[in-house]
Amino acid sequence: MVSMTGRLASAVAVLAIAVSACGGSAGSASPSAAAPSQAATAAAAATTAPSAASPAAAPVTITWWHITTGEPGKSDFQAIADAYTAAHPNVKIEITVLENEAFKTKLSTVDASSVPDLFQSWGGGTMAAQADAGLLQDITSAVASWKDTINPGALSIYQYKGVQYGIPWDMGMIGFWYNKDLFAKAGITAPPTTWDDYLADITKLKAANIVPLAIAGKDKWPSMHLWTYLVLRNGGGQALSQMIQSGNWNTDACTKAGAAVQALNALNPYQPGYKSATYNDEAAAVGNGKVAMELMGQWAPSVEKDQSANKTGLGDKLGWFAFPAVTGGAGAPTDGVGGGNGIAVGKNAPPEAIDFLKFFNNVENQTKLNKDNVGLSTTVGTESAIADANLQAVLAGRSQAKFMQLYLDQATSPAMGSAINDATVALFLGGSTPGTVCQAITTAAAGQ
Amino acid sequence: MMAAGQADRTRSRRLRARALILAFLVPALALYAVFVLFPIVQAARFSLYKWNGLGALTDFIGFRNYVTAFNSPVFVTSVSNNLLVIVLSLSIQIPFSLSLAVLLNRRFRGRSVFRLLFFLPYVLSEAVTGIVFSLMLRPGSLVDSGLGAVGLGSLVQDWLGDGTMVMISLFVIISWKYFGFHMILLLAGLQGIPREIEEAALIDGADRRRVFRYITLPLLGPTLRVSVFLSIIGALQLFDLVWVMTAGGPLNASSTMATGMFKAGFVAHQMGYGSALAVVLFSFGLVVALLYQRFVLRRDTDGALTVYGG
Repeated sequence: MVSMTGRLASAVAVLAIAVSACGGSAGSASPSAAAPSQAATAAAAATTAPSAASPAAAPVTITWWHITTGEPGKSDFQAIADAYTAAHPNVKIEITVLENEAFKTKLSTVDASSVPDLFQSWGGGTMAAQADAGLLQDITSAVASWKDTINPGALSIYQYKGVQYGIPWDMGMIGFWYNKDLFAKAGITAPPTTWDDYLADITKLKAANIVPLAIAGKDKWPSMHLWTYLVLRNGGGQALSQMIQSGNWNTDACTKAGAAVQALNALNPYQPGYKSATYNDEAAAVGNGKVAMELMGQWAPSVEKDQSANKTGLGDKLGWFAFPAVTGGAGAPTDGVGGGNGIAVGKNAPPEAIDFLKFFNNVENQTKLNKDNVGLSTTVGTESAIADANLQAVLAGRSQAKFMQLYLDQATSPAMGSAINDATVALFLGGSTPGTVCQAITTAAAGQ
Repeated sequence: MMAAGQADRTRSRRLRARALILAFLVPALALYAVFVLFPIVQAARFSLYKWNGLGALTDFIGFRNYVTAFNSPVFVTSVSNNLLVIVLSLSIQIPFSLSLAVLLNRRFRGRSVFRLLFFLPYVLSEAVTGIVFSLMLRPGSLVDSGLGAVGLGSLVQDWLGDGTMVMISLFVIISWKYFGFHMILLLAGLQGIPREIEEAALIDGADRRRVFRYITLPLLGPTLRVSVFLSIIGALQLFDLVWVMTAGGPLNASSTMATGMFKAGFVAHQMGYGSALAVVLFSFGLVVALLYQRFVLRRDTDGALTVYGG
């Protein structure tokens, strides 16, 4: 989980740097210029929506901890808060910007009386633990009127036992990032849409002397996502949720996923040294054009670029396709595995905090964040602000997903996440069997 | 009257001495208690609970964490890896360091340059060493292309990815990092041996080999025993290098007791289980240290320590 968020943070940072490097020319992008128009909209919204705080309301202070330390995201967040307080003079928003690891450390010291009103969350297992510890507020009914403006798959990641505890603002989906040139060289004209086609394409790449797929045996989680997708495609979203909740992984979908990994292994598709490779090694292999593809989240292009020898990555040669369908599997080919950033609501947050959350997630503010590459917004109607064609493809995949599974190592407790990573990487490294993997995860779940 | 006064004075002198000892000891003892003893006691307490590090200790499970550890194949691999490093260190690393020390104890031009060069790896941090060697051992990197360039391309291995090769690779790197330290230690020991004794033996007709066997080696004993002790303790605590290079992988093949402990505590957030592993590791170290002190180092410390009032 540490690596997951660290990776997201670094991806965001890289994007931020890229944006600030080419920024300056677009005057309207500067927070000071954007703020007044937002304030005006907010004021308009306040007058049309009587449910918002009444003008003579008592002073309220909202505390907000976020980890968007990079620019322009940090200024964007401040501008949104400023716009809100300008429209609601009785509200004061105290922002604490923390670096990712510092945030986690600081948050681990709070209790129900000191928990901030709004704070960074990734949803899933960690959020569930916070809910169990009584740190979070049930906002289910408070957001009922506007929750439809948010992507439902992303929204569900911030629910626990049917209760909404937070709202997402950024969400990506894992898919295959591939080198178009290498695919063309192997005679592959279109990305595969079924698992059988995928295996056939791997064979074609091998025949053309191209290493098909990069994974990271040392870091474990990249291949874990591949296995998760196979479970999802074979069993479907409901079955996967059932496995996570019941802790019983001795299922047909789990063993079939394992068998599919073994079929993949048999083609010997991985890069040299994959057993001890880190995620950065993986990204470098793809970014340097040595390996045809990797299965990764929306941060892949920026990390590939960063890790490549010439620091430019693949550029236009990079393409994206969704995880292929498994013929005969119960899962829809549109179901996804993903994750992102959101804001959780603390136990004692005032109603104004939730109103601010609504404002934060409105189309205008989120369009700005999308334009600035701060995230892939989960607000419906902001999609067109994403310029990059590959990120558009990720967004299309995300919006088609009826079911979105949060990264398994975040959806579960750290102990379970670690056990799942260990068990699945053994399969890819040839040290395990499908049944052993399912049993190992089941045993770990029983020990919870 | 007189005797009583003298007794009083003796007693007050003794009291003052005690107060003085106490005054000097208290700061050190306080630090030791807060940063060493207290954490050990805490770890022992945590190890009896199932605890994820959040909230109160409520789930008391007795010694179940220990049972889990000793039944875990990963833990067994870890212990045997630690033992492997001890055996290899004592049988290869220390003899190698000793021969270098003997060599560098001779007078020749550039001697101090070599001493410095051999000692340099020890100055690097383990993390830096790990990263540098990881880069060198990557498939197709320096080591592989170097072997290929001298016609030994067939020897190329998946140095860190192969389950049996990984411990050998790690041991070579550990040896590279620490041989200079043991060499300097032994060199200092060699220089403490009076020349006259060796010269006398030579005059008496002993050859160089015999001088080394019957004069140098026994007189080097105390240094050698310390060197062995440090090597064993270092091997038991082996962590940084392994964590940076392999994180215990592939498939736990290079897991050590310390990496297992870290992983349980800070990756899986199983603080209880991690604490149990910490207690086991601590006990191993303590037992080894005590036995070594009692049976091996005793003759070195006998009579060398001053006892107050003795």
